[in-house]
Amino acid sequence: MWLKDSSIGRKLIMSISGIALILFLLFHGTMNVVAIISPDGYNMICEFLGANWYALVGTIGLAVLVIVHILYAFYLTLLNYRARGFERYAVTKKQAAVEWSSKNMLVLGIIVLLGIGLHLYNFWYKMQWVELRHMMGADVDVSKATDGIGYISELFANPVYSLIYLVWLCALWFHLTHGFWSALHTIGWNNDIWMKRLRVISYILATLIVLMFAAVVIFYYGSSLACGIAA
Amino acid sequence: MEKTINIKVKVWRQAGPKAKGHFETFELNNISTDSSFLEMIDVLNEKLISERREPIAFDHDCREGICGMCSLYINGHPHGPDDEITTCQLHMRKFKDGETITIEPWRSAAFPVIKDLMVDRRAFDKIIQAGGFISVNTGGVPDANAIPIPKKNADLAMDAASCIGCGACVAACKNGSAMLFVSAKVSQLALLPQGQVEAARRAKAMVAKMDELGFGNCTNTGACAAECPKGVKLSNIARLNREYLCAKLKD
Ligand code: HEM
Ligand code: SF4
Ligand code: FES
Repeated sequence: MWLKDSSIGRKLIMSISGIALILFLLFHGTMNVVAIISPDGYNMICEFLGANWYALVGTIGLAVLVIVHILYAFYLTLLNYRARGFERYAVTKKQAAVEWSSKNMLVLGIIVLLGIGLHLYNFWYKMQWVELRHMMGADVDVSKATDGIGYISELFANPVYSLIYLVWLCALWFHLTHGFWSALHTIGWNNDIWMKRLRVISYILATLIVLMFAAVVIFYYGSSLACGIAA
Repeated sequence: MEKTINIKVKVWRQAGPKAKGHFETFELNNISTDSSFLEMIDVLNEKLISERREPIAFDHDCREGICGMCSLYINGHPHGPDDEITTCQLHMRKFKDGETITIEPWRSAAFPVIKDLMVDRRAFDKIIQAGGFISVNTGGVPDANAIPIPKKNADLAMDAASCIGCGACVAACKNGSAMLFVSAKVSQLALLPQGQVEAARRAKAMVAKMDELGFGNCTNTGACAAECPKGVKLSNIARLNREYLCAKLKD
């Protein structure tokens, strides 16, 4: 199968799964902004995207994408390590035109992955998972399963969690500044003129996505401080 | 007046493909800054021969930047610290008095070391043999001007055709990928009507050969284009991806 056996095929898988994940992040980020504008509205979204069939299909689709992206990431990195050969250079110098993130995509990806793990435990495990178990007949308390705002304000009142989430978002930012243009380049959508434009667009897109998420963390950490002073 | 410098050169020595290599350091005095980098190695080799020691093996041929044979990884850069020139066009004025210059061979699994600084780059020839040509039907020769080619495409094809097959792109790439070389060879033909007839077959065959020979997967870091002595651009890789994916989707 050429999607597995050819280098460009493997890259195509990386690129398509990456772009799909970026689209998901845009969708997720837009919902998060609602948590700042209207907490009630946010909880309505939480109810709407609970454990219904469409939310579940979405979750499973997303899980497949993430797993494919990660498996290919490790596979590609291993093949590339081998292609480099056993002897390494004694002296290496950085070229000015080469982005730092482009050479560290796996490390950045692993930080993103750890963040996803923590995030699933902090939210998904307490929300959709609880609803699912309830649906399967387990005796669990679902009264808080759609109270997204409750969990958000609880978690980000903790400065350690807020900091961990911000570090996670930083790694994501670096991953996307290279990832987005690289993905389009892989599909073949690039030329001398668009190269510069795509790089700028990558920075804008990565910043937009990361700001949408970071805003929620900072807003709720800030308001926890304000409430602390008030109380 | 001629200026001279005293330098130390730290060179990779390896007796053969299977032997274990190591660095050896030599001191060289009174090297003219007007001499070329390869002349400096010639001087060093003369000295080694006069001392009845084994001279350093390195590749070179035209010494004017067109054959692509010279292949030294100097102080962390393929073809040395200067931009858009080959090792043979590098001058000693780029180095400082007292400097230690580290010289290594290209390091990539697909380019095994033959001896010292010489590597086996036949993998590139095999990729070209797989499809980097136009099958010529030797009939009457048509007038070159009878085939109109847009100026833009002619220029892009010409730029891609400036690739001399030196392998610096592979040497610079952290993934040991040959995509810049292959994309230049595919582009120079895919952009012209004469090459378009076989474009799909060519892209598939050359990429398949490149993968088979153990080159890595390109992750678009751009180190190749930054180090290419002929300024071959990264956009060629996007064109190769396009050619290859379209060819595969048509199957
Ligand atoms: C929200 C999560 C993620 C998004 C949106 C994302 C997005 C992307 C995009 C768009 C690319 C560029 C693809 C290309 O160059 O064709 C990419 C590359 C890469 N990603 Fe991710 N990624 C995510 C998570 C991860 C994770 C969890 C890992 C690893 C554990 C990872 C590892 C990599 C690696 C190694 C590459 C470079 C591979 C290459 O360019 O061929 N990513 N990612
Ligand atoms: S693309 Fe540039 S670096 Fe690569 S082989 Fe051709 S001339 Fe050398
Ligand atoms: S010796 Fe021919 S290009 Fe350097």
